[in-house]
Amino acid sequence: MNDMTPTAAERAEKLQGVGCKRKRVEDVRFVQGKGNYVDDLKLPGMLYGDFTRSPHAHARIKKIDAAKAKAVPGVLAVLTAADLKPLGLHYMPTLAGDVAAVLAEHKVLYQNQEVAFVVANDRYVAADAADLVEVDYEALPVVIDPFRAMAPDAPVLREDLEGKTDGAHGKRRHHNHVFNWQFGDKDATDAAFRKAEVTIKELISYQRVHPCPLETCQCVASFDKIKSELTVWGTFQAPHVIRTVASLISKIPEHKIHVIAPDIGGGFGNKVGAYPGYICAIVASIVTGRPVKWVEDRIENLSTTAFARDYHMTAEIAATRDGKVTGLRVDTIADHGAFDACADPTKWPAGFFNIVTGSYDFPVAHVNVDGIYTNKAPGGVAYRCSFRVTEAAYCIERAMDIMAQKLGMDPAEFRMKNLIRREQFPYTSALGWEYDSGDYHVALQKAMDTVGYAALRAEQKARQEAFKRGETRELMGIGVAFFTEIVGAGPSRNCDILGIAMFDSAEIRIHPTGSVIARLGTKSQGQGHETTYAQIIATELGLTADNIAIEEGNTDTAPYGLGTYGSRSTPVSGAATAVAARKIKAKAQMIAAHLLEVHDDDLEWDVDRFRVKGNPEQFKTMTELAWAAYNKVPPGMEPGLEAVSYYDPPNMTYPFGAYICVLDVDVDTGATKVRRFYALDDCGTRINPMIIEGQIHGGLTEAFGIAMGQEIHYDEDGNVTTASLMDYFLPTAVETPTWETDWTTTPSPHHPIGAKGVGESPNVGGVPCFANAVNDAFKFLGSTHIAMPHDHWRTWTVADKLGLHA
Amino acid sequence: MPKSQVSLTVNGETVEALVEPRTLLIHFLREQLNLTGPHIGCETSHCGACTVDLDGKSVKSCTMFAVQANGADVRTIEGMAAADGTLHALQEGFREMHGLQCGFCTPGMIMRAYRLLQENGSPTEEEIRFGIAGNLCRCTGYQNIVKAIQYAAAKLGGVPLREAAE
Repeated sequence: MNDMTPTAAERAEKLQGVGCKRKRVEDVRFVQGKGNYVDDLKLPGMLYGDFTRSPHAHARIKKIDAAKAKAVPGVLAVLTAADLKPLGLHYMPTLAGDVAAVLAEHKVLYQNQEVAFVVANDRYVAADAADLVEVDYEALPVVIDPFRAMAPDAPVLREDLEGKTDGAHGKRRHHNHVFNWQFGDKDATDAAFRKAEVTIKELISYQRVHPCPLETCQCVASFDKIKSELTVWGTFQAPHVIRTVASLISKIPEHKIHVIAPDIGGGFGNKVGAYPGYICAIVASIVTGRPVKWVEDRIENLSTTAFARDYHMTAEIAATRDGKVTGLRVDTIADHGAFDACADPTKWPAGFFNIVTGSYDFPVAHVNVDGIYTNKAPGGVAYRCSFRVTEAAYCIERAMDIMAQKLGMDPAEFRMKNLIRREQFPYTSALGWEYDSGDYHVALQKAMDTVGYAALRAEQKARQEAFKRGETRELMGIGVAFFTEIVGAGPSRNCDILGIAMFDSAEIRIHPTGSVIARLGTKSQGQGHETTYAQIIATELGLTADNIAIEEGNTDTAPYGLGTYGSRSTPVSGAATAVAARKIKAKAQMIAAHLLEVHDDDLEWDVDRFRVKGNPEQFKTMTELAWAAYNKVPPGMEPGLEAVSYYDPPNMTYPFGAYICVLDVDVDTGATKVRRFYALDDCGTRINPMIIEGQIHGGLTEAFGIAMGQEIHYDEDGNVTTASLMDYFLPTAVETPTWETDWTTTPSPHHPIGAKGVGESPNVGGVPCFANAVNDAFKFLGSTHIAMPHDHWRTWTVADKLGLHA
Repeated sequence: MPKSQVSLTVNGETVEALVEPRTLLIHFLREQLNLTGPHIGCETSHCGACTVDLDGKSVKSCTMFAVQANGADVRTIEGMAAADGTLHALQEGFREMHGLQCGFCTPGMIMRAYRLLQENGSPTEEEIRFGIAGNLCRCTGYQNIVKAIQYAAAKLGGVPLREAAE
């Protein structure tokens, strides 16, 4: 056997399978400008749509006059709610069980809300004419603060819900109330707090932000009147769901709707939902009989499609004097904007916010979330995280630091004392999740050892002394964060979207020559699926990845899937890929046994072949078996070699990580400089380390943006003041720190290849790590919690309030 | 709207066309010349996805009228690979060093890097970061873009190549 080993290793290397740093297949077209994005599509006779939008955040619409717009040469149609209402399309259902206006009928509820849709033969003409649609508004009082929205005399925002005391998630107790959602044992938690030796309580707000992919949301709708068929190309993270929604609301049979997601220029949650632009483009194509393109501009993107966060969490921790946590209570006000358009699984109106116990062994916990309507854009998407997980991670990681401060303990030491221990896995949290696997103490210790944690604390102490002596104006902050993600939604028993279970799928077809096409229900937006899924198949089937084509995004050819978000591609479709491959392998084994004239059980798998046990010279390679599948199958067996898997995951996966950030703060300018950022991630089995590292770099950079500057800000009149890249912070190469990445590997016990998903971990862990570092710099001066985002002005203000400029 | 005649060189070929005076260069390239490599990300000159090389300068083509490019020599991402299909060192570097993910910023980023390397054949990391600060990327965190540009600089300068990205 031993003399065979090097050969097997060489053969395995040639496959470019799981674990190798395979170069990306996608890049060949992208580096040559030959990607195929929605706006690149040009169809004969194509028209362009553009919106007339409300300048008001809350106003009654008294009159819409489109005469001047319609008179512009080149304008074919102007759609308003009056046109959509007879079709029942002036409102659309949201994923959260609410409805959202497609075009405003009697009232507008947020600035830049869609009021009319102009269709013209040229995009400039459409924009000109959209400006000429005359709308008479009567301004109404604006509600921006979600806390004030619940005052008894607050203006009624959703008149369409008048008298409806039952929402999609239970009782509504106020006209601006969306839902109340609770989880955990309230009585036991209250009792823990009554008995607690030490408690902390802090309002921890996570500001409204936006995913802001570089490509905005866009589509081309083309209705074929002869065949009564609709084709929609769009920036869809979940193309099958879009097809089903389109069918349900348009009544066009689902087999006559073809949804195609071509290359997507980043998504980060922005491209999960359905937006008025899609509906209007479809209606306009049906009305005009011509293809209609709708492309959002950046201001429309930032101010209307898919905000994230806006969670205001009052967190309380109970603990013993020696630093053992005994209870967690979180009361959250969730600002949902004008419509509840959160992209969460149906039964989870606050997403998986009950992951808020984080990585710690809380014996009891209780969460309460109230969703609130305000005069802001709808959305509530998971911006590079699983559903509401980054909110939860920020909340618990800040709260843990605040408790450590109160106890006089080092934040890393306090975490070590409370992390879930290896032997406790699978671990059922106080809020009901079963964490699949973890080795938390090892990860945190490795992080601390690598950065030289003790020495950093000593340096910080010296710096603080020097600061007090007036020898320096720079403070030093060390941020520690330990996060646990919950991804891979999800098991059909508790996860669905519009009633469709959140399985995902893979269909693999082996051609006679041993090359492969595989189609999946997910959709890459930059994650590199064409590269990594092929690696899974390569390892499972012993066929070289370079001969495996991966196709996603065409709902006619791909098996039904729920799409890519919430880091679910690898946990769910990656599992489906392995399962489908194993079905193929089982058939190939029977063919091999037939050809080698042995029993199935006499064969064993060897990298890329089945060989006879004890007689390795007798074998059939997978390539040979592919050929045989089309002409020499055993009697009674169907020819061909293909399989499909719809994988219903038995559990979520729980990636985790330990992050440490070191930064310096100039108290006179508020400028912060990240000196070092170390990220240790454990995502289970690593499929492509190069892509994993790239994902972590990108996620950390998005986390840096959020923590240090991003905010979708509204003034008191409801004007969104950060709706272009002039005002909305996206880090450039200059501000972005250099990232150090590291890993441990704790495979998921229930995933076929042990993988957990990684794309969103760095955002979930990164945000609290930066925030903790900034807070850590100031805490020796008595500061307990500084709200995000930590831009220079806010940081300067903190220093000012602490009297540092006196 | 009356149209104006423009004549310019794009990727080495002479182009004559009629354009509206208000037509932006990016729309002219993408829609009239079908050069869809340059992208539109913000319309306000911040993101750089539309960057092309024009008369020896990096230009954000969303903020220039096509008529202003009359007589200019324009190069887009489509003009970077050699006639035989061999990738430019930057294109190769971006793939080798994993300098892209969704690919949307990539054409603009490569065109900016191209001009940067014309101006400074062996930039430091700091010079690269400063030099590409007008081009935003939401996926990579820039670290591997820096490595990709260093890879190309080394290759173009005849220096042995660094190891590939992690």
